[in-house]
Amino acid sequence: MSSTHSALQHHFDTLDQQREASTFGMWCFLVTEIMFFGGLFTAYVVYRLRYQAAFEAASNSLLTWAGAVNTAVLICSSLTMALAIRSAQLDRRKAIVWFLLVTMLLGATFLGIKAFEYTTEFREHHYPGPSFHFDAPPADPNPHHAEMFFAIYFCMTGLHAAHMLIGLGLLSSLLAPAWKGRYTPEWHNPLECIGLYWHFVDIVWIFLLPLLYLFGAHGTK
Amino acid sequence: MSANPNATTPDTARTSVTAPATSDLALPRENYLNAQYGLRSWLLTRDHKRIAILYLISVTAFFFLGGFFALLIRLELLTPEGDLVGPDTYNRLFTMHGIVMVFFFLIPSIPATLGNFLLPLMIGAKDLAFPKVNLGSWYVYNLGALFTLWSILHGGVDTGWTFYTPFSTTYSNTYVITAALGIFVAGFSSIMTGLNFIVTVHRMRAPGLTWFRLPLFVWSMYATSLIMILGTPVIAITLLLVAAERTLHLGIFDPALGGDPILFQHLFWFYSHPAVYIMVLPGMGVVSELVAAFSRRRIVGYRVVAFASVAIAILGFLVWGHHMFVTGQSLYTATIFSVLSMLVAIPSAVKVFNWTATLYGGAISLETPMLYALGFIGLFTIGGLTGTMVATLGFDVHVHDTYFIVAHFHYIMVGGTIMAYMGGMHYWWPKISGRLYPSFLSKLSALIIFVGFNLTFFPQFILGYLGMPRRYWSYPPEFQVLNVLSTAGASILGIGYILPLCYFAWSMRYGKAAGDNPWGAVGLEWTTASPPPTHNFDVTPIVTHEAYDYGQAPVLGEEARVV
Repeated sequence: MSSTHSALQHHFDTLDQQREASTFGMWCFLVTEIMFFGGLFTAYVVYRLRYQAAFEAASNSLLTWAGAVNTAVLICSSLTMALAIRSAQLDRRKAIVWFLLVTMLLGATFLGIKAFEYTTEFREHHYPGPSFHFDAPPADPNPHHAEMFFAIYFCMTGLHAAHMLIGLGLLSSLLAPAWKGRYTPEWHNPLECIGLYWHFVDIVWIFLLPLLYLFGAHGTK
Repeated sequence: MSANPNATTPDTARTSVTAPATSDLALPRENYLNAQYGLRSWLLTRDHKRIAILYLISVTAFFFLGGFFALLIRLELLTPEGDLVGPDTYNRLFTMHGIVMVFFFLIPSIPATLGNFLLPLMIGAKDLAFPKVNLGSWYVYNLGALFTLWSILHGGVDTGWTFYTPFSTTYSNTYVITAALGIFVAGFSSIMTGLNFIVTVHRMRAPGLTWFRLPLFVWSMYATSLIMILGTPVIAITLLLVAAERTLHLGIFDPALGGDPILFQHLFWFYSHPAVYIMVLPGMGVVSELVAAFSRRRIVGYRVVAFASVAIAILGFLVWGHHMFVTGQSLYTATIFSVLSMLVAIPSAVKVFNWTATLYGGAISLETPMLYALGFIGLFTIGGLTGTMVATLGFDVHVHDTYFIVAHFHYIMVGGTIMAYMGGMHYWWPKISGRLYPSFLSKLSALIIFVGFNLTFFPQFILGYLGMPRRYWSYPPEFQVLNVLSTAGASILGIGYILPLCYFAWSMRYGKAAGDNPWGAVGLEWTTASPPPTHNFDVTPIVTHEAYDYGQAPVLGEEARVV
């Protein structure tokens, strides 16, 4: 590691120290993100235990195929993100840009499918508020209990989608430096850190899918 | 563990500090304050020391704003009748006092000012790990502050600083959303600071500075940062839900829509109880430094005190239910929370006993910072012991929502945190500004603050025990004498806080040059110039000593610089 690399900031002694600091900082940030989503997961657990039947019925009304496709899309985008970092390690400049573009395309596809789902749910008046309508299951006829599911569903997927949007912004900020050849086997730290963030957003979805889409199908058996 | 061959005799170890002869000292020609000029050089700075000054200005402004609300509260309570303000205004006053003081003064106070300034200096680093994030945190803080100020200017919020639902989500007709978003945004500045400190302590320590050579202030900053990054996101999502519930009618906390207001309290206190330790742990770190420096001794049981900080941070996450003893939680839950709350007393008491043991046999000099440190130890002990009292179920039911609680947490937050903050400011001011402040006046103001504080808050213990509830604008006439005492104390306290503001400002221009190490203290921050250069150290120091190695105190400063 050269101590005079152009990316070395004044207050670090070596690139290694700088890389370790920013990667560690990103991990700490992801811990705060876990706590941030944790509040919503807590609310989900509390009300699911309380309104089991209504939650199952509401869960069954979601478009499970859309959730499943989106899961595949996101996992693929994590793969291409990892390949972008791998390309940096192999010093393949154009491959970095291409893999970043594919990652962004997959991210946008996810958001598109999510928007389609939201449209469907809005059309069926499944959004919380005065015009909420849902055919409540006989086991729990209070419509507010299914409404609670949708409130939490929109909060969780909405917050996740906001993170996806931020992720797309971060990825796009990597494109120009990658094209100019800033990311080399010696130094490609921004790729690694934003990659960590992207994988985190992916993993949050991996938890959302069974909790929101799948558990209803399981419960009605 | 010293590499210094000089034999230490008890006599040299006990040399008392006296005010240094300063007439021949001059400020360094170039330092962080005059390295660049102009507003732009301050607003775009990435120097942790300048960012600390920016924070100092912001939190001082908010301290006096919060103090202004407190003044109005105390004036209203001078008489039993509601004659100065009406009940609605009174509700807004105590809410804004709480929000401003907790979120915009106490939480950032020591970490963002002294912590920002000292952490890199104490570990021999050139800066924090993420200087841009550090500057960003100040802007984020001010953005949150703007939201809150907007809400104040439009009439404030009347929910109490706790935002309890469903009042805050459904019934309050005040600017809850703006205030909640202000705290939400300001919370991110706290996360940014905490994250920066954790990475800095892990990755930026000078050669030879092992974890158990770190000053205890660094340990307490580390423990504080753990709470900041683990707790703050939870209040962020909670307040986001409150704002969303008000705008989108979600009903997550609304019983009419199947929601549960108690869930809000769980989420709120999961952060807001640990937040108490965000406020007091830095104070404990400051006091450890002051006690060591002014009794010329290594803190007794250094490792235990260091681990006690971490223990408080961890235990702090397990006790939130003690704010909810009267919400109908089960007796088993309440008992467990009660026992866990009492456990916090153990590491806290360890610290108090170890400071006292350090004083015992130390060569004590009663300089101004030490007066604050001694004040902290006494007042924190009262606050902590009454904390154990209110952790007891039966007693808590009696004093719940009375002035006893108000007095208890003010003994921790004002008697603890602000005393330590003032002590730390007086201790490191020569390092920050390069100048000395008037000794007699500063000791006088320390005394005024101590007297004023006790006169303000001790009567409130009695008021609360006798049954005066908190958050009311009027009270039965038999409580008036104690309330008059409290209001009188508050006005004395106010003078005590304005005095340092005046002489610190005066000293910036007229104070005598302090020299590198006016207290003869050890610690890396005292081995560089006062004020330090922008890059902190001309040569990265190599640490060969444990912290508080007062046996070699007179030579350490020279030695570290030569290395």
